[in-house]
Amino acid sequence: MPEKRIILDKIEDKHSPNIDFYRGNGGYEALKKALTQMSPSQILDEMKASNLRGRGGAGFPVGVKWSFINRTFPGPKYLICNADEGEPGTFKDREILQKKPHIMIEGMIIGAYVMGLDAGYIYIRGEFYEPIQAVDKAIREAYDAGILGKDIMGSGFSFDLYTYRGAGAYICGEESSLINSLEGKRGLPRLRPPFPAQVGLYGRPSTVNNVESFSAVPSIINNGGKWYAGLGTPKSGGTKLFSISGHVNRPGVYEIPMGTPWTELFNDMAGGVKDGKKLKAVIPGGSSTPVLRPEELDGMTMDYESVQSKGSMLGSGAVIVLDETTDMVKLLYRILHFYAHESCGQCTPCREGCDWYYDIISRIRHGKGRLEDLDLFERLAKNIGPNTICAFGDAFTTPALSFTRKFRDEFVEYIKNGNK
Amino acid sequence: MSFAYTDVSMKEFQELQKNFPGDAKGKMSLVIPALWLSQRQNGWINGDVVEYVAGLTGTEPLHVWGVATFYSMFNKEPVGKTLLQFCTNISCGLLGGNELIQHACSRLGIEKGGTTQDKKFTIFEVECLGACGTAPVVQVNDTYHENMTMEKLDSLIDQMSS
Ligand SMILES: Cc1cc2nc3c(=O)[nH]c(=O)nc-3n(C[C@H](O)[C@H](O)[C@H](O)COP(=O)(O)O)c2cc1C
Ligand code: FES
Repeated sequence: MPEKRIILDKIEDKHSPNIDFYRGNGGYEALKKALTQMSPSQILDEMKASNLRGRGGAGFPVGVKWSFINRTFPGPKYLICNADEGEPGTFKDREILQKKPHIMIEGMIIGAYVMGLDAGYIYIRGEFYEPIQAVDKAIREAYDAGILGKDIMGSGFSFDLYTYRGAGAYICGEESSLINSLEGKRGLPRLRPPFPAQVGLYGRPSTVNNVESFSAVPSIINNGGKWYAGLGTPKSGGTKLFSISGHVNRPGVYEIPMGTPWTELFNDMAGGVKDGKKLKAVIPGGSSTPVLRPEELDGMTMDYESVQSKGSMLGSGAVIVLDETTDMVKLLYRILHFYAHESCGQCTPCREGCDWYYDIISRIRHGKGRLEDLDLFERLAKNIGPNTICAFGDAFTTPALSFTRKFRDEFVEYIKNGNK
Repeated sequence: MSFAYTDVSMKEFQELQKNFPGDAKGKMSLVIPALWLSQRQNGWINGDVVEYVAGLTGTEPLHVWGVATFYSMFNKEPVGKTLLQFCTNISCGLLGGNELIQHACSRLGIEKGGTTQDKKFTIFEVECLGACGTAPVVQVNDTYHENMTMEKLDSLIDQMSS
């Protein structure tokens, strides 16, 4: 299977960010079809049939999430696009924001129509200054073309869309923390229930989806949910964008059907390990997913179920390749430094736990570790993940446990003989 | 030393107000955009800025401080004219990000987090910038410089020094 570009179609053309180019290549036809020929419930059926699962990391079915909103509930309701893209290793949304913002906007308007939402915000991480400019320009173009604002394409449906610039906080990628940030507060995750579909932005019903999730919607409307589902595996529909980086010859973003063999992505597209070195390990779904050893990659295909059957997670599709020279102790030290820096501090087990994890890995890395430290990681983990409001707790215990279990020798070597 | 928006900043702030509901909740959403406009104008967030933003958004200064200190991109101290932010997270770290930041520090004679005496440069070590496919990445003010090398870094510093 080669790359199959649906979202990234024609992205190499320098005009691809422009509305004229997008429309010239079939853009906003899906919106027109949705608004003029389909009822919200018909669209919802297609979305459910498509097996599109949320691309932000958790993989929740998009059609099901959209059905949680009561579209007749009186008063304003909101749509939020998560463009915080903070999970280390992930850089796919930036590609869409910068090079094909209209496909995301089109998907958002269709979503708003289905759920009866009044306004939308695209929450973009603060560092993405240039992508924000690109999206702002696309929004202006869409307003000028009568695709946003009042009475879109003469359909009677109205929807406003804005960007919102984040300011440097990984946790704001977590959807309830993102909502707090949009409300002008510190980005602390909220306890659920109530879920955003009932109590979201400004206490109003809201839906949050990832950039890539919205960008998949136009093709589902154009070709049908069944067609989209058929591109992937029985449980993971469609194509997915993979960000592949690290020790690899051709790093980049590749769009492939769900279920594509790992070897095709890694060898044929990304060109294998950089400079002909040997493969040591792969982090398949972003820094918070368990690391895999080369032998665990045998027979793996790129979809939620297969990666899970290997003991890891597809996450945000962020594949990080590690070659034989990688020092796993130093790498885990760097990863835990990240999490210790990014905890929002709201839940005690997470706030204290990530500092404690960082202390432990620091002493191991500096040759002052103890063998019991490896068991301490295990014991502490049991009291962190289950006792926190959001998944951040699991996000830092998971790499620590998988690194120390799968590369135990290297950690023991540092503990016994220090960093040589 | 009180702080107030220039006409340009104020005009942008008034445009931004249209993006949110007109009630108190909608006004609070303006805290982060208002801090961004302040930082662009003033370079960093100090007590005067906080008071001003609180006044503009109908919030308490304590709330604005809480927000300003929560988000790492709001500078709580002045920074140099050129802010060099080096990513050393996983992929950038694997491909030379640490060596780049060390090189910049020794060339400019400052530590990570420091500012040169002539106020021209500040160096920060930052987390994944979401551009790992073109690692290592250095953010120079608002712009990403990707596939960074020692040579490119040196000529960048030369350029910004003059
Ligand atoms: C710590 C943490 C960080 C997250 N970061 C992101 C992110 O940067 N981008 C994103 O889309 N989702 C992120 N998520 C997932 C969101 O909470 C949410 O599931 C997602 O935006 C829903 O959209 P989707 O169903 O379309 O994937 C994060 C979750 C957690 C727990
Ligand atoms: S690791 Fe540096 S940009 Fe992601």
